[in-house]
Amino acid sequence: MTLQPPAGLATLSAMSSTSEIVRLTVNGDNHAVGVPTHFTLLETLRYVLGLTGSKQGCDKGDCGACTVLVDGQPTLACLTPVWEAEGKQVLTVEGLATVDGPHPLQDAFDVHGAAQCGFCTPGILCSAAALLQRSPRPTRVEIQEALAGNLCRCTGYTKIYDAIEAAAVAQAGDGSSQAAG
Amino acid sequence: MIPVEAEPDVLRLPPFRYHRPGTVAEAVALMGEHAGNAMFVAGGTDLIPNMKHRLFEPGHLVALKGIGELRGIREDAGHLRIGASETLTSVATHLDVLRSFPALADAASHVAGPQLRNAGTIGGNLCLDTRCTYYNQTEFWREALGYCLKKDGTVCHVTKVGKKCVAAHSADTPPVLMTLDAVATLVGPEGVREVPVRDFFVTDGILNTLRGPGEIVTEVRIPLVSAQKKQAYAKLRQRKSIDFPLLTVAIAADIEGDGTVRSIEGVVTALGSRPRVLSGWGDTAEGHKLDDGIINELAQRAHKQCHPLENITVDPEWRRAMVPVYVRRALEKLGAA
Repeated sequence: MTLQPPAGLATLSAMSSTSEIVRLTVNGDNHAVGVPTHFTLLETLRYVLGLTGSKQGCDKGDCGACTVLVDGQPTLACLTPVWEAEGKQVLTVEGLATVDGPHPLQDAFDVHGAAQCGFCTPGILCSAAALLQRSPRPTRVEIQEALAGNLCRCTGYTKIYDAIEAAAVAQAGDGSSQAAG
Repeated sequence: MIPVEAEPDVLRLPPFRYHRPGTVAEAVALMGEHAGNAMFVAGGTDLIPNMKHRLFEPGHLVALKGIGELRGIREDAGHLRIGASETLTSVATHLDVLRSFPALADAASHVAGPQLRNAGTIGGNLCLDTRCTYYNQTEFWREALGYCLKKDGTVCHVTKVGKKCVAAHSADTPPVLMTLDAVATLVGPEGVREVPVRDFFVTDGILNTLRGPGEIVTEVRIPLVSAQKKQAYAKLRQRKSIDFPLLTVAIAADIEGDGTVRSIEGVVTALGSRPRVLSGWGDTAEGHKLDDGIINELAQRAHKQCHPLENITVDPEWRRAMVPVYVRRALEKLGAA
């Protein structure tokens, strides 16, 4: 797939605001890119870096579809001025898998049918990855609380909970599994 | 790929420059330099959506998150001092807070959802903008209605005739901080001042705190003697996972070993423009034990004093009816604490 240049970006920066160079580490890759100074982390990920895995849902902090990990913490990229991500490790859904294969959560979501329309999935995977990092065998209540800020309107969550529990078991049983973050 | 300018249905921020001072003094100076065209931002969970709704369009944002002086939770000189840019997650999970002020940890843990608590700060919660059906809406929506008193208009759509904004104070932690006798430190161009959280809010839905536009809340300080109080917090909201409060109740009481109430205070919010200290509670409860009769009487007193308006989308009569219910629940929690 060829990555298109961010359409409109040049127009925007020329007409309404100054662009500056922001230095980001996303999924282990270092980037130095010019962005309008009022860009959010989400706009930078999607429209400058072409990482469209993180979704633009409500765009005002309600839905959690834009959740990424900033220094391991679930963070709403739509409310984060891009400058706040400088000097930190940003992990998006694109960074969960390794060359060896998908993240155990991604495997489990597949096996358990935990995604329907899939729009909330990238954010949920990020919230869940942070949960497994701090609590490798979470209870169902812990899972529910960790996903409280991620709205899913399709699944009713049950299969998502099942998948996260299964991923926790898989991770515990396989020391070679990649730990997120 | 979505064109950045040509897509009308997503919420864009207005252009601004983002400043990241390293000290409070630099932040105050930057604010002075861009006076009238700048705002402070900490977690951004309230300001950024409001800016996307064009409720604020400052040309400059002065970021507080990177200022080391504003961080830290520590006991010092008889107080627990909480740096204003400590996140709500950190307040909700810090051992000193949990041990001494469990109601504060409880309130912080009930703000919005996990991601917002990871970003939102205790100082920001104190300075949270008021909310209203007719205010927290897109520019398109507000324009269609001819705007409102709080922003760009001259009419209050809630009271129809009133000339005073009645948007609802909707922060979870201030009522608890009030019952614990907390004090906020503010630093601005005029210097430092300390304001008891109890006196921090005013009855004006437009600007409902005493904070001047150039002032930063740097710290919240709670006297450790307040840790002796029994504390409880209860919150009504539509979805337990993410929502702003429809009603919040905070109660703290000095209770003797045999259960006799020495002093008691209750604060409710999310009804009017500032938190309300419930009156007459001392007369009712002091010298008595918190039995069913006293609890009912306190709940009825609260009910009589609360008259929510239609400032948020949920039926005000129902919100009012829930006042005694949540007061009773909080009092029962307090008794069990």
